[in-house]
Amino acid sequence: MDWVNTIIQGLLVGGLYAMFAAGLSLIFGVMRLVNIAHGDLTVLAAYVAYSIIAATGIDPLVSILLVVPIMAVIGYALQRALLNRTLGNDILPPLLVTFGLSVIIQNGLLETFSADSHRLIAGPIEVASFGLGGIYVGALPLLQFGLAVAVIWGLHLLFYRTALGRAFRAVSDDQEVARLMGLDNRHIYGLAMALSLAIVGLAGVLLAIRTNFDPAIGPSRLIFGFEAVIIGGLSSLWGTLAGGIILGVVQAAGAHFDPGWQDLAGHIAFLLVLALRPRGLFAK
Amino acid sequence: MPDPLLQVDRLDAFYGDFQALFGVSLAITAGEIAAVIGANGAGKSTLLKSIVGWMPARRDAVVFQGRPIGGEPANKVTAAGIALVPEGRRLFASLSVEENLVIGGQLKRPGPWNLARVYKLFPVLAEKKHNPATSLSGGQQQMVAIGRALMSNPLLLLCDELSLGLAPIIVKEIYAQMASITAEGLAVIIVEQDIGQALKIASHICCLQVGRVALEGAASGLTRQEIGAAYFGV
Repeated sequence: MDWVNTIIQGLLVGGLYAMFAAGLSLIFGVMRLVNIAHGDLTVLAAYVAYSIIAATGIDPLVSILLVVPIMAVIGYALQRALLNRTLGNDILPPLLVTFGLSVIIQNGLLETFSADSHRLIAGPIEVASFGLGGIYVGALPLLQFGLAVAVIWGLHLLFYRTALGRAFRAVSDDQEVARLMGLDNRHIYGLAMALSLAIVGLAGVLLAIRTNFDPAIGPSRLIFGFEAVIIGGLSSLWGTLAGGIILGVVQAAGAHFDPGWQDLAGHIAFLLVLALRPRGLFAK
Repeated sequence: MPDPLLQVDRLDAFYGDFQALFGVSLAITAGEIAAVIGANGAGKSTLLKSIVGWMPARRDAVVFQGRPIGGEPANKVTAAGIALVPEGRRLFASLSVEENLVIGGQLKRPGPWNLARVYKLFPVLAEKKHNPATSLSGGQQQMVAIGRALMSNPLLLLCDELSLGLAPIIVKEIYAQMASITAEGLAVIIVEQDIGQALKIASHICCLQVGRVALEGAASGLTRQEIGAAYFGV
């Protein structure tokens, strides 16, 4: 029963990794941009929520309603003002620029909020749980997992059922010909980044309720995101969900064995997938 | 003579230091079918790329409906009413046949072309509308590429090497549909290396030779010998 509990906890955390990773994979899919600042942007989202809560006293879960649009606007502006200029045939400029952005965000947050770690307090829901024959499932992790599945499902519908999704796929296939269709790729990229950072906003606040955050924690989150994407396979959203869940479960199992093994177990699982199925478990 | 729909005026084009076009001028009026012919590397595709905004061009080197559009981004050029069937078709691989057509019409320019009309023109596409576009045969893919361009309801259609890589019988089939495509006064510029088909339907010929116009005129006024000489540069 102990192990079942561990696996369920890991699965629920994995949903959160997947949500976070979906934003990463969306950007890579649409514009072949590897966003090194993705982890720091989740931390930025957490600080945006922290500031809103400090100023208004609203509940962290309610603050999501403000953080998500704010992050989306930041994403669109960032893409149009900066990242679009880095895109081209060379993959290096976007890597360098988002790496620089990562450093700037970390130091900007350090300067503004100090190095103290914070957590968003969501109140009674944090400890609420359901018992099912010896298995206990927290209300908050369950909510987070539900939201993660909803986000991935929503992204899937958006990609395959809407005009915007069609535009995303067309621009990803051949941006030169997409322009012939009247699509302004700079605008489409802006919308993709807005969507990615909206998801980052949601994931960032949920992560900030779950664990402590400080300005320097972004890069380690980025690694979890990359790992989830690569375990699942680059081109598949459902693969990303599976990748996040696998990562979460392996980490929970590692921690159950020995707390020091939590991260290491995840990295080992990732390396195994990379060695045996370099295209990911669910690549098309 | 009526005002031209498209006027290309002393157009130069460069790939880095290499100059591909030298002062190319060309005019086409509404409803006209022009053929741009020439050997490999003559600059035919470069000419089309410069018109649609894929290559930088002097502002007034490309004038469409009296408006200078040279060097404008391709999405603006399409919105103005120019559509290109690109060389090698270049369909969107992750989109179905129907999605490829729908995205061609996403600007919603008014005009005679819509999904139903494209399916009527190429009935085989209606049968395969849910298939991935790149799973079709070469000829069928070319039909999708033409349909995709028509869906934007252009005033001017540019076709780059329609016959490339297709069996002669398929080429014949596709060219046979040109009459119904141009019935409502759509102007067409056809670029071909294989000049046989192009000459049959074109009313105006422009022959390029290493980036320069070697011969130009009404199709009826040019002899095979003149065209052959301009094509091969002998």
